[in-house]
Amino acid sequence: MEKELKLMKGNEAIAEAAIRAGADGYFGYPITPQSEILEYLMEANPQATTGMVVLQAESEVAAINMVYGGAACGKKVMTSSSSPGISLKQEGITYIAGAELPCLIVNVVRGGPGLGTIQPAQSDYFQATKGGGHGDYHLLVLAPSSVQEMADFVELGFDLAFKYRNPVMILSDGAIGQMMEKVWLNPQKKRSEEILPWATTGKPASRPRNIITSLDLDSERQEKFNLKLIAKYREMEEKEVRYEEFMTEDAEYLFVGYGTSARLCQKALQLARAEGIKAGLLRPITLFPFPKKRLNELADRVKGMLAVEMSAGQMVEDVMLSVNGKTRVRHYGRMGGMIPTPEEVVENLKSFIKG
Amino acid sequence: MAEITFNDIIKPENLAYTKSKLMTDNVMHYCPGCGHGTAHQALAEVLEEENLQSRTVGITPVGCSVLMYNYIDVDFQEAAHGRAPALATAVKRLMPDRFVFTYQGDGDLAAIGTAETIHTCNRGENILIVFINNGIYGMTGGQMAPTTLPGMKSATSPYGRDVSLMGSPIKMADIVAMLPGTCYVTRQSVNTAGGVRKFKKALKKAVQYQNEKRGTCFIEVVSNCPSGWKMTPVESNKWMEENMFPFYPLGDLKVPAE
Ligand SMILES: Cc1ncc(C[n+]2csc(CCOP(=O)(O)OP(=O)(O)O)c2C)c(N)n1
Ligand code: SF4
Ligand SMILES: [Mg+2]
Repeated sequence: MEKELKLMKGNEAIAEAAIRAGADGYFGYPITPQSEILEYLMEANPQATTGMVVLQAESEVAAINMVYGGAACGKKVMTSSSSPGISLKQEGITYIAGAELPCLIVNVVRGGPGLGTIQPAQSDYFQATKGGGHGDYHLLVLAPSSVQEMADFVELGFDLAFKYRNPVMILSDGAIGQMMEKVWLNPQKKRSEEILPWATTGKPASRPRNIITSLDLDSERQEKFNLKLIAKYREMEEKEVRYEEFMTEDAEYLFVGYGTSARLCQKALQLARAEGIKAGLLRPITLFPFPKKRLNELADRVKGMLAVEMSAGQMVEDVMLSVNGKTRVRHYGRMGGMIPTPEEVVENLKSFIKG
Repeated sequence: MAEITFNDIIKPENLAYTKSKLMTDNVMHYCPGCGHGTAHQALAEVLEEENLQSRTVGITPVGCSVLMYNYIDVDFQEAAHGRAPALATAVKRLMPDRFVFTYQGDGDLAAIGTAETIHTCNRGENILIVFINNGIYGMTGGQMAPTTLPGMKSATSPYGRDVSLMGSPIKMADIVAMLPGTCYVTRQSVNTAGGVRKFKKALKKAVQYQNEKRGTCFIEVVSNCPSGWKMTPVESNKWMEENMFPFYPLGDLKVPAE
């Protein structure tokens, strides 16, 4: 089967990609700007074709706990929401991380805090990359910057989730969720019928019972488990860092931006170059693990880095940690659903260059 | 006739009650006289008698029975507090031929997990919910539960539950019996041999109904918490019969049409 070219919204691309990736289940609850994911799946009704379960839960809390139950059976399960709903899911997410289960969580971010706005923002970076719920854990976080990547990261996300038995988050935003672009979709994959050795699927005589839990009342064992998790995150930092670079070879100043911000930084880059400023761009694709090493290398060559985010300044902290004082770092951002213009970004770069 | 010795009594053929093969040898952490252990044994017997081990997935709650997975030899998932029915929903939808049950206390099911309980029952998920109602938060040290009786003392209602401030106890079985999604709702007890037999019968019906995909089965067990109630096991059973049973009458609330 061939790939198929379609014109779709980012949210629809996620839904269609989930069906085609052979997902076993999706559990969701409506919230703007991502309700199209659940709507699309309900209309597509994959239960009748691939057998994929799609369920509208009574809350985000229930939805993520359904994901927990399904993931504990070794199934390819996912949920999606937007910021306020993702806050509610944090309980389930920390249990899933603590029980070392694979799953995919999509956050189509809107501005906050609180009910905030339904317009796009990147203000959930801390929540996504530093754990989000209680306890020491990380999600593996993918940041798409196009509708194509919305689709591609579904399958990639599932693969990484099962490889590490760790929840994976696609951290998108309302702009990418709502915009329409061309997207190449993979052919339909068959759902896996494999029974995973650790999954709770009913105990045959051939193995001891499987228990999926995040509880250990023995502190020494719990600490060992914490160390095991840390080793897993270190392995991700070794093997899974993904980023993209634009005109970094001769860059004197570097934009750092992901998702929607990376798109407008690309335009800002052209404007800056036209004015004779040697600008470059590093677009982190994985936000955890963060491209620390590469930024540290680039810090030896550039005169400064401008972290562009639709937030009060969150990713900029990771940029600072990465360069560890080797070069100047500044944040430029808009909030509340405002998207900076490339011109604004260039003006800011110029004032940054002045010092 | 020769006198019966201790060694005669413990011969397998003379034992009226044996440990179910599905009960593990792990030492139980329950307090002496607690109903949880008896309910586990009855459940294990039914799973064994119905030959369900290889297709059972159990969901444990947060509460005294959080470690239930140490005692019954089937696959288990340990849920967050109150969320067991959400996990069970997904397990059953993704693996419809498995036998899926949750086992939950009254704090778990009737307070923090009320939404999950009601909506799971309302969707008529083909699962069994076993609800151990001991009128108190046993695990955390005997605080008031939504099911605590009017006037009943607990760590957080030291002067007795004042219904004008705290509302009246919630009768969850009555609530879920009203929902079209439930097919079988019953209230049982495990403090006597007769009670255990009836509880086992109810469990077997629930197995049958789940096999027939009839909807949610909800079995409440009105139980005790000697430690939380600050009573001896014998006193707690007497108190339960005199106070809990009149408020939570035993028997079927809803049975499916044949
Ligand atoms: C989110 C959350 N809140 C509170 C607790 C603390 N907690 C543990 S068990 C429990 C109450 C259990 O009572 P019940 O469900 O009646 O079970 P029992 O111990 O009586 O069998 C509470 C409040 C927790 N573990 N998680
Ligand atoms: S605290 Fe109560 S419910 Fe918990 S084990 Fe002891 S008696 Fe049983
Ligand atoms: Mg209780």
